Amino acid sequence: MSEKRATREALGETLVELANEGVDVVAVDADLSGSTTTAKLAKAYPDRFFNVGIAEQNMIGTAAGLAVEGKVPFTGSFAVFATGRAYDQVRNTVCYSNLGVKLAPTHAGITVGPDGGSHQMLEDIALMRVLPGMRVLVPADYVAAKAAIRLAAVTPGPFYIRLGRAGVPVIYGDDYAFELGRARVLREGVHVTLAACGVMVEQALAAAEALALEGVNAEVLDVSTIKPFPAEQIAASARKTGAVVACEEHSVIGGLGSAVAEALGELAPVPLARVGVRDVFGTSGEPAELMAHFGLTADDIANAARELLKRKK
Amino acid sequence: MTDAAQVAAIEARAARMRYEIVEMIAEAGSGHPGGSLSAADIVASLYFGVMKHDPLRPDWEERDRFVLSKGHAGPVLYAALAEAGYFGHDNLKTLRKLGSILQGHPDSNKCAGIEVSTGSLGQGLAIANGMALALRMDANPARVFCLLGDGEMQEGEVWEAAMFAAHHKLDNVMAIVDHNGLQIDGACDSVMCLGGVAEKLDAFGWEVREVGGHDVEDLLKALTEPPMTEGVPVAVVAYTIKGKGVSFMEGDAGWHGKAPDAEQTTLALAQLAEALEGGAR
Repeated sequence: MSEKRATREALGETLVELANEGVDVVAVDADLSGSTTTAKLAKAYPDRFFNVGIAEQNMIGTAAGLAVEGKVPFTGSFAVFATGRAYDQVRNTVCYSNLGVKLAPTHAGITVGPDGGSHQMLEDIALMRVLPGMRVLVPADYVAAKAAIRLAAVTPGPFYIRLGRAGVPVIYGDDYAFELGRARVLREGVHVTLAACGVMVEQALAAAEALALEGVNAEVLDVSTIKPFPAEQIAASARKTGAVVACEEHSVIGGLGSAVAEALGELAPVPLARVGVRDVFGTSGEPAELMAHFGLTADDIANAARELLKRKK
Repeated sequence: MTDAAQVAAIEARAARMRYEIVEMIAEAGSGHPGGSLSAADIVASLYFGVMKHDPLRPDWEERDRFVLSKGHAGPVLYAALAEAGYFGHDNLKTLRKLGSILQGHPDSNKCAGIEVSTGSLGQGLAIANGMALALRMDANPARVFCLLGDGEMQEGEVWEAAMFAAHHKLDNVMAIVDHNGLQIDGACDSVMCLGGVAEKLDAFGWEVREVGGHDVEDLLKALTEPPMTEGVPVAVVAYTIKGKGVSFMEGDAGWHGKAPDAEQTTLALAQLAEALEGGAR
């Protein structure tokens, strides 16, 4: 865990690679191509990049038309605008028509930092997860993000890939392949399951290290595919450990924590704790400060696990 | 076929489509007759005089594309598709019923000949632009025709898309506005004044053609002539009458979204049958 890279860096680079390989990818962005890195595709393949200006609804609609004609459009912008501002376009035009638009917005979550609550999207997983046909991926590192983008490019239908602004440790090797609907076991354990996605995977691994010093053997799952959701896999881990902490850089309502609660409720009821943003908006600050402020650190996860262990039968 | 004969044939198609629009909405017991009837001559002109298409090959790559941005006018599209032979006329009586290919608003996953699902207003032109971009990338000569309602031009996305088409020089897309002047709550100008639709489109960088939306000869001309300037998209603003062809529906916003009762249906169909028999003019 030495090198740090932002998951957003994967977007432009992977699109260029895909275009090099002959995949018919195009990018549609809304005046944020430098931040989202789709500018890399624009530079390498100017004819495969379209800027709509500051018009996110039009971004989704234009991408939908490109998809109708068989192109593989990726859309940029920030997560807050791509999902919130253009929700009806995503619902009624992309998903209702089942079009292969790949939403890959960046700057999701509080790790956006100083831009503050208006730009820190904490409800996007919830919004995207309820749409029929939408696949929702939350890659944990740069390698996983590249794999997620590749998977979306060659799989028909709509995708939502949640990318971040801040650098996160690269935890996967180049042989990593994204498996739709499968969580990845990063650490096997027997006392508690830490189910995390995105930047919280790093925190969950650190929490597991801390718990290990106390003799608590935590299982760590990278739940990068929120939809389709690996419900049976989560339930199997829960049956083994008897307690689950869901960890996400998102509202505790509607995201990974909710998906885990739904799975456990139906398949394997065990004590559950949800580590996430507790139904409030974000605020300005540096990413690390905000992770502490909102209770999303490894310490917070470890504490939640310790509390859960007391509740275990 | 002479020009006059072509015009007469299209008028006859439009007359049959109007009859079927009222018939299918009456059978369904709900739907949007006003804006379907106002667009009948436009859609008939497109499908039977302007667009290259083949009902036996709905996926033919070089077909011209049609996007019904005002998706609530689905019945006019369904009537045209049935008339063209995309599916049997007997499907029309299943409109809006469980299991039908003819949903309350067009669904591209259920019905052949529909390029993309629409119904949430203001979105069609952006989709049409994306299709036109892709066609241009692929050097495909097909064109994309997008029919908008005037009321839906209150949606901001329409103007985002209007800017986009001009900026990206999409002269293979055509916007057609069914300008009937009415929306659900009343006259467009009293609900939310549109100002001059033609002037606004002109200001957004489009070549604008204003035409009487029930004059097939003029429609054919406006819909077929190439852009005056290469790279400048064309908008046809067609002035129409909402509910056209049914005396008691014409110009009445109340007929935006309701089905006629049995008595009204009898009267409406009698009027439309007369137009049919009278050679439609």
